[in-house]
Amino acid sequence: MSDTVLDITGWTCPAPLRDHPRVVMGHGGGGALSAELVRHVFAPAYGGEVLAGMGDSAAVTLGGARLAFSTDSYVVRPLFFPGGSIGDLAVNGTVNDLAMSGARAAYLSCAFILEEGVETATVARVAEALGAAARAAGVEVATGDTKVVEAGHGDGIYITTAGIGLVPEGVDLRPQRARPGDAVIVSGEIGAHGVAVMSCREGLGFDVETVSDCAPLGGLVEAMLAVTPDLHVLRDPTRGGLAAALGEIAAASGTGVVVDEGRVPVPEPVRNACAVLGLDPFYVANEGKLVAFVPPGDAEAVLEAMRAHPLGRRAAIVGRAVEEHPGMVVARTGLGGTRVLDLPLGEQLPRIC
Amino acid sequence: MKYIDEFQDPGLARRLLDDIRASVTRPWALMEVCGGQTHTIIRHGIDQLLPEGVELIHGPGCPVCVTPLEVIDKALAIAARPEVVFCSFGDMLRVPGTGKDLFRVRSEGGDVRVVYSPLDALRIARENPDRQVVFFGIGFETTAPPNAMTVYQARRLGIRNFSLLVSHVRVPPAIEAIMQSPSCRVQGFLAAGHVCSVMGTAEYPELADRHRVPVVVTGFEPLDILEGVRRAVRQLERGEHTVENAYPRAVRTEGNPAALAMIEDVFEVTDRAWRGIGTIPDSGWRLSERYREYDAEHRFPVSGIATREPEACRSGEVLQGLLKPHQCEAFGTACTPRTPLGATMVSSEGACAAYYLYRRLGTAPARSPQPAPQPPLEASPVV
Repeated sequence: MSDTVLDITGWTCPAPLRDHPRVVMGHGGGGALSAELVRHVFAPAYGGEVLAGMGDSAAVTLGGARLAFSTDSYVVRPLFFPGGSIGDLAVNGTVNDLAMSGARAAYLSCAFILEEGVETATVARVAEALGAAARAAGVEVATGDTKVVEAGHGDGIYITTAGIGLVPEGVDLRPQRARPGDAVIVSGEIGAHGVAVMSCREGLGFDVETVSDCAPLGGLVEAMLAVTPDLHVLRDPTRGGLAAALGEIAAASGTGVVVDEGRVPVPEPVRNACAVLGLDPFYVANEGKLVAFVPPGDAEAVLEAMRAHPLGRRAAIVGRAVEEHPGMVVARTGLGGTRVLDLPLGEQLPRIC
Repeated sequence: MKYIDEFQDPGLARRLLDDIRASVTRPWALMEVCGGQTHTIIRHGIDQLLPEGVELIHGPGCPVCVTPLEVIDKALAIAARPEVVFCSFGDMLRVPGTGKDLFRVRSEGGDVRVVYSPLDALRIARENPDRQVVFFGIGFETTAPPNAMTVYQARRLGIRNFSLLVSHVRVPPAIEAIMQSPSCRVQGFLAAGHVCSVMGTAEYPELADRHRVPVVVTGFEPLDILEGVRRAVRQLERGEHTVENAYPRAVRTEGNPAALAMIEDVFEVTDRAWRGIGTIPDSGWRLSERYREYDAEHRFPVSGIATREPEACRSGEVLQGLLKPHQCEAFGTACTPRTPLGATMVSSEGACAAYYLYRRLGTAPARSPQPAPQPPLEASPVV
């Protein structure tokens, strides 16, 4: 459920944080602040019917073909992390956004923004990683662009990719299609990417065995669609983690969602790292996982197909869509209590102690 | 770390709950002192599972929440200075001062950085000799030793461009203040385990005796909380009021001598204002005279601060255990994590934030209807 906002004109609130005259980091966190920026700044400025769908990728029809079209920018630090690099992310992030529409990515564009002074060997390593990831995902980088900004105006390398792919006949995957009764399936263990990146960020300095789960999900989605084209929703829980993905689906469809916390696979190193930092694994980013809303009659067959795929071995039914508490996600705790899983405001902040 | 699951075991939790239920003959009100404990209680739904007569009152133990508005405003002013690199733990960045927060200062050009240790701030100072690096040193006894050690190191290494903005608070004087309040309903305390892992338990027997309240040193996992409640209730039912250590894997009676020595060397006890509560005598630490040159308040005099708390915010009563977050009229409407009126809603350890994040279904039925009883998904291995 989104926050209730009242007109508090005349109140003496010391924290009018709704009024941001400048962008803060939370605007890029994939949570409520990001959504607000899109809803109140970008969407009204652009107009257009396609954008109104607000999916991770746009569904368009061109020359009779049903296409999925998506773009994303990558600004990760450090450029290389356990299990991947900004190059892998730039491919898999966009490929996965397309896959969440049921499309197998066909072509990518790739724009590099380089900071003056970054070593060309580093650029080459990133480019090689990007090319390898594209080949692994079965997608071709068809066009690109390069810009250089002055030293101090970037973090070495930023990459923007856009991708396009065909949506198979009979497939219609949208958050609005979630229905009460749907099984909620997660494709595997959550939180690995976020913890892997945090573990090697400047200043954090703790050792974890976690590597990023960065991977292309097109093949897994094909395996699921082979069981039934009537999947209702797919979403890759990237920024904002599983909680944000479920929250967005609940909000878009108006259904409630119940998750059984104990059924959500969380690797022990992720659980431990989150305990140390005071973070919640449900809100930690993933780059090679998906969450699916599947009609109850198809759920077991879809689950079986997922588990037969290398990227879905740890897939599990973790909850269901319900009629109660529309638009809201509720987790049942291991001890038997309940808690609300809200959309994150911005980025998660490590606790003081 | 590999033991986390063992302290969340549902079977053991049920046994502890059965034991508590069996021993309760009349209502009891216990206060968990630490905000970390509050979050465990709410996140796992422990307060929903306890027998009706056992009420948990949330105490003032959120370091972010109790940091006075004036100190936050000083932090905002110092962080905005062009020569300053202002370093802080992450959750302080979103706490509202008068009119803005540290995120906003950063968006306006201030060099505000999130660090995970005060030593990271000291490293930044070494690497940037032409900048002034300030670390926001807040917290209870738990964070005081590393902050003290950082100042000690700065002096030992001759690093002059580092300073600490100090707002440390001490738990025992706060317990004393709560017990002296005429409206106090607290009959027993779950003392904060991490505080006691530093300080030991020596400060508590006199408090327990004088106010005739059991004090059970308690950890932070669900089973820790239940064991703390079980022991406190058992004492109350027997009419006892002693200090018990239910967190022996982390707490020794004498505490951590090295940490205590560091605090002793660098800090001195002072009166300290608590946001929402007021000034409590001897309830804080400041840098002692011989480390005064590392005090950011001395290095960067800030004047002209006019603090203004919101009239609608009742976080002071929440911090004193007089009001449950959802009993505040602004809760979930005018006051949300998105539009916080007070620090208890914005801090990740704040009681209001805990209720908002985890308990809206049960506390705001008009806006969020209570779900129907939920059947198990399938044969669940968990509960």
